[in-house]
Amino acid sequence: MPLQNIGIVYRKELTEALRDRRTLISTLLVPLLLFPLMSVGFIGLAQSLEKKAEQKTPKVMLLGGADSPQVLEMLRKMEKIEIVPTTPEWKNEIIEKRVQVVIAIPDGFQSSLEQQKSETIEIYKYRGELKSSTWADNIEIELKEFSKKVVESRLEASHVPASVLTPFKIEQENVAPPEKVGGETFGGLIAYMVILLCMIGGMYPAMDLTAGEKERGTMETILSSPISRLDLVLGKFFLVLTATLVTAALSVTSMGVSFWGARQFGSQEISKNPDAMFAQMNIGLPAVLSVFLMALPLAVLFSAGLITISLFAKSYKEAQSYVSPLMILVIVPAVAAMLPGVELTSKLALIPILNVSLLCKELVTGTYHWNFIALIFLSTCVYAAAALFLAVKMFQREDVLFRS
Amino acid sequence: MIETRGLTKLFKDKKRGEIRAVDGVSFTCAPGQIYGLLGANGAGKTTTLRMLATILEPTDGTAIVCGHDVVEAPEKVRANVGFLSTATALYPRLTAQEMVEYFGRLNGIQEAELKRRLDEIFTRLDMDSFRDRRCDKLSTGMKQKTSIARTLIHDPQVMIFDEPTLGLDIMTARTILEFIRECRQRGKTVIFSTHVMSEVEKLCDVIGIIQSGKLLAEGSLAALREQYKEQDLEEIFVKVVAPHYKPEEAA
Repeated sequence: MPLQNIGIVYRKELTEALRDRRTLISTLLVPLLLFPLMSVGFIGLAQSLEKKAEQKTPKVMLLGGADSPQVLEMLRKMEKIEIVPTTPEWKNEIIEKRVQVVIAIPDGFQSSLEQQKSETIEIYKYRGELKSSTWADNIEIELKEFSKKVVESRLEASHVPASVLTPFKIEQENVAPPEKVGGETFGGLIAYMVILLCMIGGMYPAMDLTAGEKERGTMETILSSPISRLDLVLGKFFLVLTATLVTAALSVTSMGVSFWGARQFGSQEISKNPDAMFAQMNIGLPAVLSVFLMALPLAVLFSAGLITISLFAKSYKEAQSYVSPLMILVIVPAVAAMLPGVELTSKLALIPILNVSLLCKELVTGTYHWNFIALIFLSTCVYAAAALFLAVKMFQREDVLFRS
Repeated sequence: MIETRGLTKLFKDKKRGEIRAVDGVSFTCAPGQIYGLLGANGAGKTTTLRMLATILEPTDGTAIVCGHDVVEAPEKVRANVGFLSTATALYPRLTAQEMVEYFGRLNGIQEAELKRRLDEIFTRLDMDSFRDRRCDKLSTGMKQKTSIARTLIHDPQVMIFDEPTLGLDIMTARTILEFIRECRQRGKTVIFSTHVMSEVEKLCDVIGIIQSGKLLAEGSLAALREQYKEQDLEEIFVKVVAPHYKPEEAA
């Protein structure tokens, strides 16, 4: 009764896994928390920081301008900025973040304007410092507005209509449905996350069920029972597979929920600006389901691979040192697929992990190339079967089971 | 019944090359008898017993355990063997009862029968007070009792003990030794390995002295005393082993 035996091993491993804090964290907690934290948390945080930077009154220093009252008046009228007395160490003041922006107005600026000579106003800022950069931009906008007014008054004086400056207008409009837009923006990231979490979910159970068992001395105990090694390794494999699939399913669900949450959170923003990041967080259910389906054979590949590698280790720690570099092997192709311009070709469709990531990117945008889907699904199944075969073979090897 | 025929095990070691851990060992152990395998560290005791329990496969030769060949029908052999050593630990996150149940199920025992046997064994070994406690929370004595219950659940005809008292305190070791005696009384075939002379003197009907993978001497305690003209088992052991002893083999 091999199936029954596999079931007995599976049930026992499941009981143990559910009592293992490390497995629970990596399989359940990480995927459940990661997406909400990333989408709502991260974007929310970025926005609030940006807002904060705008809300806080910046200190602005003026160099020159005493003979140009018009521009000074315009700057003084600007809300929320505080003009502070000029010091010779103004550069240092910016670097020390005591002053955010310094505006250098050339001597005789106003008279130059009147004589229609071109002049340059320089804005000094701390590049990369959010508050300084934001306010340098805001001041530039105000100054451009001022410049526009100067142009308009000149045109008016010459009796030329203002429309002469804008012979035609340009407008961009999106025609792609929100799911497709969301897919283009987040497709690569979603595939990457699902693949990575699939791997993370299976890592701890795989190490615990093999190297952990050796370390705790239960390997010899179980090998002395009548169960065949094939049934034993399959029971263990199915448990690791369950962990990877649960992690993948939870991460996909959590991703859907948190994207929905992010859109609710940013609904006001969306009505103002349809290009806002929140508006793009729109992934359809069929896309999510198809990503999950494509992740299935990959989960088999990961589970079998993880079992094979960690079985070789004598202890949990040793297994960790083997599995950690493996993470890079998974991350590199998954990241490569995120790069813009990397598209599916029949050659790339044969490279494990990269193929699924690239395909997932397409699936999320609602594009279904059935020949690629079939090719990738089959090739991943072949890799998965090979990995499982290897895991079974490793479990038959005494030098691996009793490596000392 | 255990019968080994030229049992041999070779290991490949990167530094030492090919190692003959067990080298043509042949002996017989009958039901109702305790066979003591006496040897220094690295002599080949554990490898011999692991082959009998079919955890390792012999490189050459074979053994018949309860009428089944260890090479041809290892699963049938394991169904008739109870294997206990200090290396056979318990699953820390299972309770004592779950641990024993797991092995009962792996041995194909039906649920009703399993429950009956569990109750009987737990009562006999006085384990009811901790049957629902997790194995990682058990004392050494409780762990040993759980291990014993695990080896008994399928009522095997052959019991294999590999240095079962290694590292245990006197009281826990006594429980194990009493259990081994009880196995003999119940007519089981018992083989156990140790390097503790007093345990062998107290328990064994037949003693086999093993060194460098070879069985160098075999017989009852009385026979060995007569053969080597020594009363003390330790002296007999040294006389047998000394000419073959290689310190680098001691693991």
